[in-house]
Amino acid sequence: MSILVNKHTRVICQGITGAAGAFHSGQMLAYGTQFVGGVTPGKGGTFFESGSFRVPIFNTVKEAVEATGADASVIFVPPPFAADAIMEAADANMRLVVPITEGIPVKDMVTAWRYLQGKNTTMIGPNCPGIITPGECKIGIMPGHIHTPGRIGVLSRSGTLTYEAVGQLSRVGLGQSTAIGIGGDPIIGTRHIDALKLFHADPDTDAVIMIGEIGGTNEEEAAAWAKANMTKPIVGFIAGATAPPGRRMGHAGAIISGGQGTAEAKYEAMIAAGIHIVRSPAEMGRKMAEILGH
Amino acid sequence: MKIHEYQGKEVLRRLGVPTLEGFVAFTPAEAREAAKRLAESTGSPVVVVKSQVHAGGRGKGRIKEHSTAEVLAQVLRGEDGVAGKGGVRVVKGADAAEEAAKDLLGNTLVTKQTGIHGSKVRKVYVEAGCRIAREIYLAILMDRSKARVLIMCSSEGGTEIEEVAAHTPEKILKVWVDPVAGLGGWQARELAFALGMSGKTVNSFAKLVGGLYKAYDATDASMLEINPLIVTETGECLPLDAKMTFDDNGLYRHPEIVEMRDLDEEEPQEIEASRYDLSYVKLDGEIGCLVNGAGLAMATMDIIKFYGAEPANFLDVGGGANKEKVTAAFKIITADPAVKGILVNIFGGIMKCDVIAEGVLAAVRETGLQVPLVVRLEGTNVDLGKKILAESGLAVIPADTMADAAEKIVSAVNAYKAAHPVGGAS
Repeated sequence: MSILVNKHTRVICQGITGAAGAFHSGQMLAYGTQFVGGVTPGKGGTFFESGSFRVPIFNTVKEAVEATGADASVIFVPPPFAADAIMEAADANMRLVVPITEGIPVKDMVTAWRYLQGKNTTMIGPNCPGIITPGECKIGIMPGHIHTPGRIGVLSRSGTLTYEAVGQLSRVGLGQSTAIGIGGDPIIGTRHIDALKLFHADPDTDAVIMIGEIGGTNEEEAAAWAKANMTKPIVGFIAGATAPPGRRMGHAGAIISGGQGTAEAKYEAMIAAGIHIVRSPAEMGRKMAEILGH
Repeated sequence: MKIHEYQGKEVLRRLGVPTLEGFVAFTPAEAREAAKRLAESTGSPVVVVKSQVHAGGRGKGRIKEHSTAEVLAQVLRGEDGVAGKGGVRVVKGADAAEEAAKDLLGNTLVTKQTGIHGSKVRKVYVEAGCRIAREIYLAILMDRSKARVLIMCSSEGGTEIEEVAAHTPEKILKVWVDPVAGLGGWQARELAFALGMSGKTVNSFAKLVGGLYKAYDATDASMLEINPLIVTETGECLPLDAKMTFDDNGLYRHPEIVEMRDLDEEEPQEIEASRYDLSYVKLDGEIGCLVNGAGLAMATMDIIKFYGAEPANFLDVGGGANKEKVTAAFKIITADPAVKGILVNIFGGIMKCDVIAEGVLAAVRETGLQVPLVVRLEGTNVDLGKKILAESGLAVIPADTMADAAEKIVSAVNAYKAAHPVGGAS
């Protein structure tokens, strides 16, 4: 088991003929994901080929869903058109939409976020590495080979820091149920709290590594929920303890503003919730092994 | 991206929001001319000469060149009633305006937000004076948790909102804008009545807030702060200040705003970094960092601190780093004279470690690096990457984990500093 994606998930890619979309579609196919097609307006009826793989391309997401039964879409559409692509996927009743695109204007995301309200679509991202259930389904840009199947959930805003946590877990012999990068933007679909709820409900996840970073209050919300509800152990790290206020640290969402969003406030919330915090990012895997007596 | 007050008011005027008349001045003579023109137009000799720097807290700021260390310390602590004149001056007549401009221009303004380095005043905004009955705080910004634009007001105009939030949070009024419906007139009136307004002021306020929201929305702003928004003695509402920040991701739609970028307000190294599409923020420490990914880059800064040293920068080379980008990143990091060592931390995913290793070696050769360098590679093709570094013959210290890397760079920097005492640089 796992959260959100598994070997039955049928995936398409919006923006499959762009450089990034094509490269990563090939990678997802090679990983063994049930990758069933792609969408590029105007290229419907042609095929995407990568190695020995060949999947159909459609003009619209609706056509792709009808023809392939896809229930998840990964988006590599450029920023000016990405919010439109998200709404198209939601309109086609896609169960899961994963926009990888970095640089979508916040204003566009406010509209897309509003559009998703009341629909059955879960969004992961944007500006995220994606989601992977090792050995079953990889949706996104993460390197598949560093992951191992197992029972630890990994949850982070960032890409390479997620890989770091996964790498540390694999090194101490702990596999992952699902690893999810929820994205570095100010407005994202699935937040820490949403992912924690899913890991909590998943019988095949024993514990969670939750990585946050400065900016916003998502980590505090998740910690408060965990305090009241979560029985599985959580190891927590917050990136950006050394970041100065008022400066954006790479991610559009990583900024301490008006005294809100500091690493210290997030650590305090985590400690209050009984989360096992580490202040060194090198200790995430070891701490998890220690807690589980592994 | 940030712009100055005078530019913010230009943006507002262009979008139909009323503001007081004013002119930007780069010299005392221009300030004099501006004051004269304003007096002719308004019939009053009273003008306000305002320092144009990106930092807030200008009124309570002090000129560094004219202040004692004690006064500057008070400014940085945010104290009231500090001795001396601030960065915003109310004066009467053209002579006085010229004098005030002479005092401000070319000098350094220290405010609570600038830190002790301060910010050089290169221009002033000379604005018509007006009779103020009331000052209100208003800000429009993104509420990340609600994914909606938030309009926030308080009757405590002139005071920093952080202080109001800390001491009297009940004085902060909020409405959220539905992106489909836009800001409702009823929402703006709700704020006006909650602020205790009555009569024609209610409509003046609602109209102003409506215009400000439209300007925010039309320009992909991420913040529009009016502190204070004033009610004049005749009951009109006007923005007395305008601090605008824009969503960098939306700038491609607004070339007219990109043109307002003031490079003087930015660190030269950060400007250089943006040319290569590198995400760089200068910090005060000694250990330069070169990392792929924003989260890992922050975590790398944190682990340097965890091992007892301070990071000199945040630097994310991004997902598609090549030899040119890595070389540019090295040049930017080493241009900071405070840097006494560099830590490269790469988790190769799609980016292959051998490619990064080649890039690092090329950069080291090209920049003739003098300070210690620790390279930690992990992920795709890691063994090949390590082999390339080991066989290069260059003094690159390899590391396996983040902890190993941090420990090694901190001790290498300490050894380097012992061998190169201050003043005896290599």
